[in-house]
Amino acid sequence: MSILVGRDTRLVVQGITGREGEFHSRQMQAYGTQIVGGTRFGKGGQRALDGTVPVFDTVREAVREAGANTSIIYVPAPSAPDAILEAADAGIGLIVCITERIPALDMLKVMPVVREAGARLIGPNCPGVTSPGRAKVGIIPGSIHREGPVGLVSRSGTLTYEVVQALTDAGIGQSTCVGIGGDPVIGTTHLDVLRLFAADPETEAIVLIGEIGGSAEEEAAAWAAEHLRGVPKAAFIAGRTAPEGKRMGHAGAIISGGSGTAAAKVAALEAAGFRVAETPGQIARLLMEQGVRAETLAVS
Amino acid sequence: MKLQEFHARELLGAAGLPVPPGRVATTPGEVGVAARELLAAGAQGVVVKAQVLVGGRGKAGGVKLAATPEDAERAAGQILDMTIKGIVVRKVLVAPASDIRHEYYLGAVLDRAAQRILVMGSAEGGVEIEQVAREKPDAIVRVHAHPHLGLLDFQAREVALALGLTGPYLADAVAIAQGLVRVMIANDADLVEVNPLAIVRERAADGSERERLVCLDAKITLDDSALPRHPDLEARRDLDEEDPADTEAREQEINFIHLDGSIGCLVNGAGLAMTTMDLVKRAGGEPANFLDIGGGAKSDTVAAAMRLILEDPKVQVILVNIFGGITRGDEVARGLVEARAQQSRAVPMVVRIVGTNAEEAQRILREASFQTAESLEAAAEQAVAAGRAIGAAAGGAGR
Repeated sequence: MSILVGRDTRLVVQGITGREGEFHSRQMQAYGTQIVGGTRFGKGGQRALDGTVPVFDTVREAVREAGANTSIIYVPAPSAPDAILEAADAGIGLIVCITERIPALDMLKVMPVVREAGARLIGPNCPGVTSPGRAKVGIIPGSIHREGPVGLVSRSGTLTYEVVQALTDAGIGQSTCVGIGGDPVIGTTHLDVLRLFAADPETEAIVLIGEIGGSAEEEAAAWAAEHLRGVPKAAFIAGRTAPEGKRMGHAGAIISGGSGTAAAKVAALEAAGFRVAETPGQIARLLMEQGVRAETLAVS
Repeated sequence: MKLQEFHARELLGAAGLPVPPGRVATTPGEVGVAARELLAAGAQGVVVKAQVLVGGRGKAGGVKLAATPEDAERAAGQILDMTIKGIVVRKVLVAPASDIRHEYYLGAVLDRAAQRILVMGSAEGGVEIEQVAREKPDAIVRVHAHPHLGLLDFQAREVALALGLTGPYLADAVAIAQGLVRVMIANDADLVEVNPLAIVRERAADGSERERLVCLDAKITLDDSALPRHPDLEARRDLDEEDPADTEAREQEINFIHLDGSIGCLVNGAGLAMTTMDLVKRAGGEPANFLDIGGGAKSDTVAAAMRLILEDPKVQVILVNIFGGITRGDEVARGLVEARAQQSRAVPMVVRIVGTNAEEAQRILREASFQTAESLEAAAEQAVAAGRAIGAAAGGAGR
């Protein structure tokens, strides 16, 4: 099993005819993800990805006619909140929003509606979710993974790739990797993902990647201290050298009024039983010291 | 994006909140004229305030009281062109000096954990809310505005009650609290803060006196992601106060933050860029900047990023760290070769490119004789070592 995405994922790509949407749809399809449709208003009835995927005008049609249960959003920021709401209203259970630079107040308005519809949103401004060997819903390069026991959750994009690659190189595979996004207002937090991992029998160890800003890592740590006792746990926090009051690229990565520092997050994670790495390369060793076994087989 | 105080006051005033009159001036002469008008309208004195986007201007001497137009001109002469935390003062705000009876704090801020707008109030005005939060957390009243409904009447009354703003001040306090949330939503702000909100005694030109609640100082920070739909606000960005490198970075859509060290960093992705800085520090060096070229950067973005880094004379070494995903390693490598050919001064570079098209990137870098590294840790160590070698050479010559 995996969390969030897997072999039963039936994906609709919102914005499949755009440059980004088309490029990543091909990658996801090549990885083995079942793409059952795409949307682009005004292009309903056409076909995308060399004729393999039907294009619908609306998400509702993709749900009704193609049985979509998951959506991924590649539309530009001004129309992304509407795309999220459309997916939620159509009954999509899992919505992954890759789009960056959505205004925070738009997300404040969107979130209660998404929750009311019973949908889960990952992102925005995130690299998506991959369950190695099963499905990739996002933009994380497929080649860096191998199947295995580690559940990984992260706010970053390329930093996630760095950590996943290092794990894979060390022979430690992943059950699911979830990029939750670097914005201040996101649909799914570190803590939400830890809860899902805790309930997943195939996830035997946890890697949490965080960064400065907010208190999501601290909240996840507090929960893990109680509910993930005995589970091997490693973490990495980016931004130990970040100055106060500056937004470090991600809209959410800012230390303000002395809160959201890397030091506070590292302390909270260590107190909760996480081994906190100083470099991405150390994470595999920290897991092995807690009993996680490296596979020596080549990546299939 | 932070707004200047006078601009924040304008936005509050336009939303119907009580803001004392004020004029922006750029010369002592203009300040004198503004002071004369304000004094003629009944002001008992004026205050001249430096308009800079850094805190601590009062302590730095950037806020002065004046009793006459001549005093105000003199004060302006001292404040204009002074440097506060590295920023040269180009503008001042001239406002009536206030006879303050009591100061409060009232602010609206994005509460990311609760996913709501948080309205905070405190009867301890004039000091930073963070300080009140540390020392007297119970002295702060907190209410969450609904994302769709805003701050409801009863919530605003609760805030007013907690601040002791009842009786004749209740209606204004409620209007101001709700107004802050309205201003926040209308302008896509992350923060709208009035500190102090004050009861002031005012005298009109006819000598009559009254006390009222006014927003004496205002701070507004806008959500950068929302600026494309607020061209009017973007147009008023204060370029005087911005480092030219920041302006260039924004135009190139590069995330760039200038720091104090000597190792320039060029990275794709914000988390990885922070990590690269952290590893430079861990290897014993100091990063000169945070720089994220974004996803899918092309060779011209790489060249622009190199220019930005090299504009800083303190930079001795450049560390390039790329994990190709959407970004193609070969594209970055070509950009580096191009940029090196054009670069204004020669500095050593350590390049690490992995991920998409990394093999082609390696070939390009090898042919162009770049120093390369396999792991991020090794790249940071090599960059720091290269910086030390230069430092030792320069230090040996200088000392």
